[in-house]
Amino acid sequence: MMRTTTAAASARVPEQGRGHGVRRWHIGLALLLLATGALASLFIGVSDLTPLDVLEADEEQSRVFLVSRVPRLLAILLAGSAMAVAGLVMMHLTRNRFVSPSTAGTTEWAGLGIVVATLLFGATSMAAKMGIAIGFALVGTWAFLRLVRRAAFSDMIVVPLLGLMLGAVVSAGARFLAYRYDLLQTMDAWTNGDFSGVLAGRYELLWAVAAGTVVAYLYADRFSIAGMGEGFAINLGVPYNRVVTTGLVIVSIVTAIVVVTVGEIPFLGLVVPNLVTLAMGDNLRRVLPVTALAGAAFVLVCDVVARTIRHPYEIPVGTVVGVVGGVLFIGLLLRSRGRTA
Amino acid sequence: MSRPLTAVLPEEARALRRRRRMMLLAVLAVAAAAAFMTIGVTGSWEYALPARSRRLAGMVLVGVAIAVSTVLFQTVTNNRILTPSVMGFDALFVLLQTVGVFFLGAATVTGTDVRLRFLVDLVALVAFGAALYRLLFGRTQHDIYVLVLVGVVLGTLFTSLTLLVSRLIDPNEFLTLQDLLFASFNGINRQLLGIAAGAVVITVAAVLRLLPRLDVVALGREPAIGLGVGHRRVVNQALLAVAVLVAVATALVGPITFLGLLVANLARQVLGTHRHAWTLPGASLIAVIALTVGQLVLEEGFGFTTSLSIVVNFVGGIVFIALLLREPRL
Repeated sequence: MMRTTTAAASARVPEQGRGHGVRRWHIGLALLLLATGALASLFIGVSDLTPLDVLEADEEQSRVFLVSRVPRLLAILLAGSAMAVAGLVMMHLTRNRFVSPSTAGTTEWAGLGIVVATLLFGATSMAAKMGIAIGFALVGTWAFLRLVRRAAFSDMIVVPLLGLMLGAVVSAGARFLAYRYDLLQTMDAWTNGDFSGVLAGRYELLWAVAAGTVVAYLYADRFSIAGMGEGFAINLGVPYNRVVTTGLVIVSIVTAIVVVTVGEIPFLGLVVPNLVTLAMGDNLRRVLPVTALAGAAFVLVCDVVARTIRHPYEIPVGTVVGVVGGVLFIGLLLRSRGRTA
Repeated sequence: MSRPLTAVLPEEARALRRRRRMMLLAVLAVAAAAAFMTIGVTGSWEYALPARSRRLAGMVLVGVAIAVSTVLFQTVTNNRILTPSVMGFDALFVLLQTVGVFFLGAATVTGTDVRLRFLVDLVALVAFGAALYRLLFGRTQHDIYVLVLVGVVLGTLFTSLTLLVSRLIDPNEFLTLQDLLFASFNGINRQLLGIAAGAVVITVAAVLRLLPRLDVVALGREPAIGLGVGHRRVVNQALLAVAVLVAVATALVGPITFLGLLVANLARQVLGTHRHAWTLPGASLIAVIALTVGQLVLEEGFGFTTSLSIVVNFVGGIVFIALLLREPRL
């Protein structure tokens, strides 16, 4: 929430300052927020642990710190930044501000993949879940992009609408399968993102999404050019199809890994890139690091809220993000039409 | 709105065919109801018949409520893809119920009379629904797609809020309330059947009086006013009816997102008309057939019990996508 107010404030910079709307101190403020959130995240929890304790920790305390708190913080930062960047990449590739992994069915396909993997290989095989989820996400997203391109909608709103509906159908299919084979509980584990299960040894796969974020950064300029259209890209000597496929693979892998390890975090890949782009303009390479930072900060703040609001119980972070992100998304929607119409 | 198949036939032949199809729907509905009552009964009929007739009554009420509310809502908003559920109205109802429990406590809520509780929830829904409607359909004309997208997101938002609030409720209180809040086709809220039937009958009777004016309102705001119909008044009355019916259906079996969309469009397709005197009963009959046959097939054929809304959402979602693709310019 706090992060968004800084973003909104910088969006109000006068028109000629657009694109330079984010000053260095904004970034500084965001980093400060991130650091505060990180500290809060490390020292909030059921077992008492203060910063002073860490300096001279007994065995119990250092275990809590190293096995639970630190991995959780890392997982939040990794998942938050990667999902936000994935949304940003998708936004550019589809040339549509409202397309993201959660509005293109990618998360739902990944979920269906988890159900299928559990059916075929049992609940314990992490590698199978991951592989099949990535495969499903990839195929599903690719099919969606094909469908959108063939239908050639000029309307920016129809595409995410279509994606949301497709996602609803896919998740109804997954739910049906899950119902049929008594897997509804497994399904609940990933339909609502939650970091409370993150422990050392159970989140390390998330480091792979950091790799995805780095690759996205290296490809940033190519994504920008591909986003200008196939003809334009080829004219500039950019292999359009290969670049789009790379983007698709990054998005699918990141989404699937996040869904498998922590669950769906709704609207994250949609709201954060949009707010950052509103403030900073469209230069992908400039925007991407800030988006990663903002995504991490957003999830971090939401997670801290989710953990304190009903202490000592926890609320899944997906629920908190769903509420905050939903409000922001509706605001963006009504605002965008109010301006263009 | 094009009617390619019927456009070639002369008016009389069309009317005849419409009447015949309506009869067919009625017969099918009765047959489906009879099948639902009798197929697969093992053991005592004295027990089975009353139990099943209660469930059947619930399904008929839900079917009629969803069908009529959807057709009315589509008339008022003047399009074919918006429905109360797509706009998140039923999710809003569940949210309001949960919030009520949160503020009043489980003891107060379970202690109050079911009917009184339903009335309070209903008033809250009407108030919030009206505010929402004003916000979205008020002064600024929003593009239809924006409205749908906002509605879908609102639905997710309300669901998330419901989850959030239910997490804030004391776990013990929440457990006692789960049955009360999360109804399904298998556990139709029996105490509510009486008041639900009353509400549906009264509302439908009121809607019947509106019939001719609804046809005019369906033409759009300016033509309707030009023809001397008090557009705003009819719209307000229709929306009130929608709120009551949505509340009834959601209280009985919980949200079923796409049923209304399915039956309203099917009814127009099958009957080849947009006149409410035909589409309202037609959509209701189709809804009843879909619910009873669907439940019967799932229960007897596959041995499932509570997955009907999943199937409805699956099929309905596909129909929705087809509608979007086929008519990119609604």
